[in-house]
Amino acid sequence: MGLDITWAVDWVRRSADVIAEHRVELITLDREIGDGDHGENMDRGFQAVLPKLDDLPAGSTPGDVLKLVATTLISTVGGAAGPLYGTAYLKGAVAAGGSVSLDGPAIAKILEAARDGVVTRGKAEPGDKTMIDAWTPAVDAAAQAATSGADAAGVLDAAAAAAEAGAVATEPLVARKGRASYLGERSAGHRDPGAESSALLLRAAADVANAAAGV
Amino acid sequence: MGAPGKVGLVFVSHSADIARGLVALAGQMAPTAALVAAGGTDDGRIGTSFDLVSAGIAEADSGTGVVVLCDLGSAILTAETALDFLDDDTRARVRIVDAPLVEGGVAAAVAAESGDPIDEVVAAAESARGEPTSPGAVPAPEAGRAERAPDGVRVAAASGHSRTVTLVNSDGLHARPAAELVKLAATFSQRVTVNGADAKSLLGIMSLGLTKGAEVEIASNDPDGATAVDAIAELAASGFGES
Repeated sequence: MGLDITWAVDWVRRSADVIAEHRVELITLDREIGDGDHGENMDRGFQAVLPKLDDLPAGSTPGDVLKLVATTLISTVGGAAGPLYGTAYLKGAVAAGGSVSLDGPAIAKILEAARDGVVTRGKAEPGDKTMIDAWTPAVDAAAQAATSGADAAGVLDAAAAAAEAGAVATEPLVARKGRASYLGERSAGHRDPGAESSALLLRAAADVANAAAGV
Repeated sequence: MGAPGKVGLVFVSHSADIARGLVALAGQMAPTAALVAAGGTDDGRIGTSFDLVSAGIAEADSGTGVVVLCDLGSAILTAETALDFLDDDTRARVRIVDAPLVEGGVAAAVAAESGDPIDEVVAAAESARGEPTSPGAVPAPEAGRAERAPDGVRVAAASGHSRTVTLVNSDGLHARPAAELVKLAATFSQRVTVNGADAKSLLGIMSLGLTKGAEVEIASNDPDGATAVDAIAELAASGFGES
């Protein structure tokens, strides 16, 4: 079963809830190795999207929703997460195109485009202790699931699980990008907040897809 | 908008105070160039704002070009994202420069005020990184120990030319005379040093911290450097037009 505008809107609502629930946790993670604003910034960004969902014109597509999230995050999130997530959602929107329903391969393609956008914007590589360390295994797992014939929800499940493992795996890494890189070796032993929020958002996408499918 | 015929500058900082302060600081030496502060978030918190940066670029742009200077990493990300959203014509004349914000901003402001084209404004900002400004430019060895002649003219041991003058400006080699010196040095292709610092680097000259009465050695190892050395020495001896 493909994922449509209802899924996209519900994903944004669920994302806003999840980010709000984990706001303090993200702030704490970011305070340990960064500037401590990640949870607050992400929360502000997603809360700003919510009222705009009601103004989406009839006939809007999942791609339109992704674009709305992109422009809102870029304008409202003050830290690096604004341009990075904004670019991710924007590239995802371009990959989604005008499709009204997204199947497994389409979801895998969207995730890949989003990850590529983050890499282009932030120039981080796997192992730099950034959100890319959640995104890259997620994209790989999504591609594999799609190739194996998984439906959209199955692809998102695979992506979310891989992103969660990727976020945990950032803990021993030494940061080479962003504010945490100023800490050098002292950044080891802490989970990267951007990788954690990426995993939360992908898990929200999978949960909403599964709920729609009645799983 | 912007100042017609001059490159505009946008200072992107996580702090609105830093960006505003830099406009005030650089504005002392660049009273007519468009210097725009884009610091902090829309609601005045620490961070950077896509909307403020986009508006800043529009405000600084007179069609001659805009140079954007940023502080920490995510300021660069925000500026790059803002560039992505510009139309192609505008984007082609906007440059993001990787240079220390304060030092690079002051150097770029002086260049912009002088009406320099965008490449030179960018080079001025990058000179604050303390690297050679042109790729492949190998710093010449400093003028060797020289015999001091009674008239203050030194004859370098090997090749080159140097002169020593005494600073007469009451405030020493402060920003304005330093900028005059750098502008004059930039009109010559030869490398000239002032007490060992590159005469074409505003920051290099200002960081010498030369005060009134200081002995200043202007030197060039370039066989054709004598004209440049003499011109700079005369400018310095004249007190840069100050009393």
